[in-house]
Amino acid sequence: MHSNGHIHDNGTGFEPILLMLLMPGLVIYIAAVIISNRRYKKWPLYRTFFWILGTLCAASAIIGPIANRAHMDFTAHMVGHLLLGMIAPILLVLAAPITLALRTLNVQSARRLSKVLKSWPLRFLSNPITASALNIGGLWILYTTGLYGLMHQNALLHALVHFHVFIAGYLFTASMIYMDPAPHRFSFMFRAIVFTISLAGHDILSKYIFAHPPSGVTKEQAENGGMLMYYAGDAIDVALICILCYQWFKVTRPKGSLAL
Amino acid sequence: MDFKPRNQKDQSISELRYTYSARNLWSGFLFGIGLVAFIDEAIFHQLLHWHHFYDKSTTSIGLISDGLFHALSWFATVGSLFMFADLRRRKGLWLKRWIGGVLLGAGSFQLYDGIIQHKLMRLHQIRYNVDIFPYDLTWNIAATIMILIGITLVIQTRRSLLKMKEDASNAQ
Repeated sequence: MHSNGHIHDNGTGFEPILLMLLMPGLVIYIAAVIISNRRYKKWPLYRTFFWILGTLCAASAIIGPIANRAHMDFTAHMVGHLLLGMIAPILLVLAAPITLALRTLNVQSARRLSKVLKSWPLRFLSNPITASALNIGGLWILYTTGLYGLMHQNALLHALVHFHVFIAGYLFTASMIYMDPAPHRFSFMFRAIVFTISLAGHDILSKYIFAHPPSGVTKEQAENGGMLMYYAGDAIDVALICILCYQWFKVTRPKGSLAL
Repeated sequence: MDFKPRNQKDQSISELRYTYSARNLWSGFLFGIGLVAFIDEAIFHQLLHWHHFYDKSTTSIGLISDGLFHALSWFATVGSLFMFADLRRRKGLWLKRWIGGVLLGAGSFQLYDGIIQHKLMRLHQIRYNVDIFPYDLTWNIAATIMILIGITLVIQTRRSLLKMKEDASNAQ
């Protein structure tokens, strides 16, 4: 995308909006920790740490050196994608924001929130199959149609794609590992199978990108980007697999053995 | 190799491993798949650079099969080790049956990789710019040997499982 680099410089106006969604999240989370710590036992420090780190990962994909290079360099774009769509969501899910919200809000608001969480649209979206389709399906559309090229000519589209990658990544992670109260739970086996198929979809897409560069990407960049997506995606997903299996391991603990 | 209970404690351990005999086999089988996939990736792709990440002759079905098996093996490695830990905490680990499962899983996946993925789907070859036949032969014979040893171990443990059930029903 060397040719339209300057077009994009004029159109970065939407990135601050994405950032404006992230930064209040940081402030509200820390405020909620301080407020709720007065009434309940101390909110674990590592959760606050995960939330800050997750916000920083997501922000670094939107502004700064990685985001700037991503306009010209597909490998840098892929680094941004991994930060925004995979690493940041895992960290943010581990920070258990819904649990924090429920203990901070007053009873009435907390009830309203849990009602929203139980509603059918969220029930539909938090189904592992829907979440996987939005996450991996979205990536297939991005890299195998002309969308990737279009995105670099339209600032609004660019912002929307980033927004989708982030939200779908969060939804996918939250539908696989239950850190927050989840009203519609699925069995470990079901989630493991859906997860494996999604991971396969990610791997197949990486190799597809390697062989078929997205619109406007050179062959060499597509090869580097595809390999990065494949190996780094595996490395990040192994963390998710460990958490998922560990949750299974804890839940299936044999009854009557207190030591374990 | 046969386990002979000597006292009350041994008796209960031997019963537990019979209870979890299927889980021992599955845990081993999945770990075997993961182990072979890991060796394939670490040695043949990364260290030797014999295997290619993508080969121009790869078919679409080959790409799909590769993705599915790669994801499965990745999940299986972690999942099977958690199952192993679960068997230990339940005192139901049956190492002989578990190893039988490992060899069966490892051999089956290597044979699938060597015949279906390398040859039929033309995913990639074991090595390039050499006479490939001896490589394919070694690859698939090694896989077959693993399967045969695996089956032997599984049958042996199954026999002792059946014998144990028979003894239990005779005792009643």
